[in-house]
Amino acid sequence: MNVLAFLIPVSLILGGVGLAAFIWTIRSGQYSDPDGDAARILMDDDKPSDG
Amino acid sequence: MTSACAACNAAPAAIRLAEAVEPNMTLSVPGMSCAACIGKIERGLDSVPGIAAPRVNLTLKRVSLNTELPVEDVTARIAELGYEAFPLDAAIVGQDADPAGRDLALRLGVAGFAMMNVMLLSVAVWSGAADATRDLFHLISAAIAVPVVGFSGQPFFRSAWSALKVRRLNMDVPISLAILLATGMSVFESLNGGSHAYFDAGLSLTFFLLIGRYLDHRTRASARSAARELAALEVQTAERLDGQGRAHRTPISDLAEGDLILVPTGGRTPVDGALESAAALTDRSFLTGESDPASLACGDPVSAGEINLGAPFRLRATSVGEDTTLRRMARLVEGAEAAKTRYTGLADRAAQIYAPAVHLLALAAFAGWLIISGDVRFSLNVAIAVLIITCPCALGLAVPAVATAAIGKLYEHGFLVKSGTALERLAEVDGVLFDKTGTLTVPGVAGLTDVLDAKQKSVALALAQSSSHPVSRAIRDGLSGIAPAPVTDIRDVPGRGVEGRLGGVQVFLGRGQDGLTLTIGGNEHPLRQDETLRPGAAEAVAMLEKSGLHPALVSGDAESRVRALAKKLDISDATAEIGPDAKHELVTNRSADGSRFLMVGDGLNDTAALAAAHASLAPSSAMDASRNAADIVLLREGLSDLPLLLAIARKSTRLSRQNFAIAAVYNLIAVPIALLGFATPLIAALAMSASSVTVLLNALRVRRPS
Repeated sequence: MNVLAFLIPVSLILGGVGLAAFIWTIRSGQYSDPDGDAARILMDDDKPSDG
Repeated sequence: MTSACAACNAAPAAIRLAEAVEPNMTLSVPGMSCAACIGKIERGLDSVPGIAAPRVNLTLKRVSLNTELPVEDVTARIAELGYEAFPLDAAIVGQDADPAGRDLALRLGVAGFAMMNVMLLSVAVWSGAADATRDLFHLISAAIAVPVVGFSGQPFFRSAWSALKVRRLNMDVPISLAILLATGMSVFESLNGGSHAYFDAGLSLTFFLLIGRYLDHRTRASARSAARELAALEVQTAERLDGQGRAHRTPISDLAEGDLILVPTGGRTPVDGALESAAALTDRSFLTGESDPASLACGDPVSAGEINLGAPFRLRATSVGEDTTLRRMARLVEGAEAAKTRYTGLADRAAQIYAPAVHLLALAAFAGWLIISGDVRFSLNVAIAVLIITCPCALGLAVPAVATAAIGKLYEHGFLVKSGTALERLAEVDGVLFDKTGTLTVPGVAGLTDVLDAKQKSVALALAQSSSHPVSRAIRDGLSGIAPAPVTDIRDVPGRGVEGRLGGVQVFLGRGQDGLTLTIGGNEHPLRQDETLRPGAAEAVAMLEKSGLHPALVSGDAESRVRALAKKLDISDATAEIGPDAKHELVTNRSADGSRFLMVGDGLNDTAALAAAHASLAPSSAMDASRNAADIVLLREGLSDLPLLLAIARKSTRLSRQNFAIAAVYNLIAVPIALLGFATPLIAALAMSASSVTVLLNALRVRRPS
């Protein structure tokens, strides 16, 4: 049963990474304009300065 | 992988750009609808010195930017790009697009994370983990569940508390009680080495219910208060003339009755007033619905919000601020919207029966077992099992799941549903009220292609392009696809039309001796102005009549035109020459008689009626304020899918009722098990997941063709 001492923290940390990524996407406003973002990905010249 | 990386890089780059400069101006641009608009507007604004970081939000149809320029310069620039823009009051609109949605999504994400982990730990317990191992798993589960329930459950706790404070019960009271008791009792059991830990049940309850709450919120995210948008229509500054006739830019709030105000060509009148100039031509279609511009003489009253189509005119203010016509309409809309929020939806009606029943049942179980067994801990466990197993999550999902599926289906047919209870109200309507101008008809110019030859058409297009008058727009649409003639020196002839020069020849488009005329070098070509029927309107009206839904026509336009259209469409019930107040009154009177109407309208004059009707629909060509007052926006040109909208609404209400029945059947099976004390955490988790999934699957049936 010693393996549990590794597996449980590992599974929690991996889940936590996913949660942290999700929180980041919310915080940075990536759901505030779904229609616009869907269209922007098709534009190849939307950020010419980053070119 | 390269494409995936490009996609990853795009979002942070956009965020960096937006964060670099804080936007300080927000404009509503209702006309933008496509991917190309984003680039066109952002690049078009970026090239203007003094404007920084323009950012389009296509979902909300807004542009935010940072600039020190006056707002008129920005709207003029956007108009040059071909879009109409209205400044929004940043204080009213707020910079954050949807803080409540973000908050719910965050709580949902956290609850989902915790539920998955605790479920996995529970599998070990159900598979037979015992003694110290089981206790360890329970304690780890508790460490995850307690803070998560405290965080993710807050929307339910707050709602339940506010209901209890006014001594009422809502659906959130049994939900909160079940979540809190399940978690609290499980902590107690875990600490005392018991086997009845309901952490997974408490968390999945929170998770499933948050899904329902989030779906519910999303369906309403785009619906903002129409009254607010009406306020945004008002101009923010005006040209006040002093004693010497000099114009001073003055904020609207500083204007007083008796002030003399200059209204420039193309500007909106800031206040109600009387005309001081000899003559004026205004577009007051938003007030009256009348398609022709209004010609005014000295002394005639002018309402706030009218657009000056002719030469600049002077106006003596008669009422300002809160007393203007526009403000009065905003208040009417606000009142009607408040009345509509009092509509009790299916879910609320179910909660009113369900909540007291569940509490009594749980209390009875506790009391009964306490008398029989005398064991407080066991009796409490049974009561909690009853609370959890009565499937409040299936009930919580019953309506939002169907509504979301139906709204998705309707979106494919061009209907944007904004209000949560719109579908239920739509299913109850027994008649349809149509506005005429802009709803059943669209402005047009008759026989353009037959009357004019190729050269005349190109001249007409060149002149029409430079004017924003509704008729010019109709000509522009009617002649799309041909190249405009190289007309130079184009200028407005205030109150008459547009003129210019083609080579050495004088050309003119506008009011001639007998109506609309195109003049090329002295030769007049009369054009016939009329309205064309919106595509699908005749079919929709006929089908409504056939299905027993009484169609009626209410319009602010002239009697003869309304009669003609009513005859053409075979509508027997038609009312003409009716103002916005009277329209609103007509709707409320008929509603008082027990009729439930679907109002279909597009103008500002329909706004109050749209808000007051049992359900309402506005075409996407409608004014911003009407689109916001309406429950549903039609994104397509044609009206032919209107009967389909009503059919789907009725189907979704039927499926919502079925969902409640399914939840009830689960309760009939599971509650006796719980009452007899046989419910284990495993049975509770199974019953809850099974009922939630069944309800979700049933909801998807709304998408099947009937």
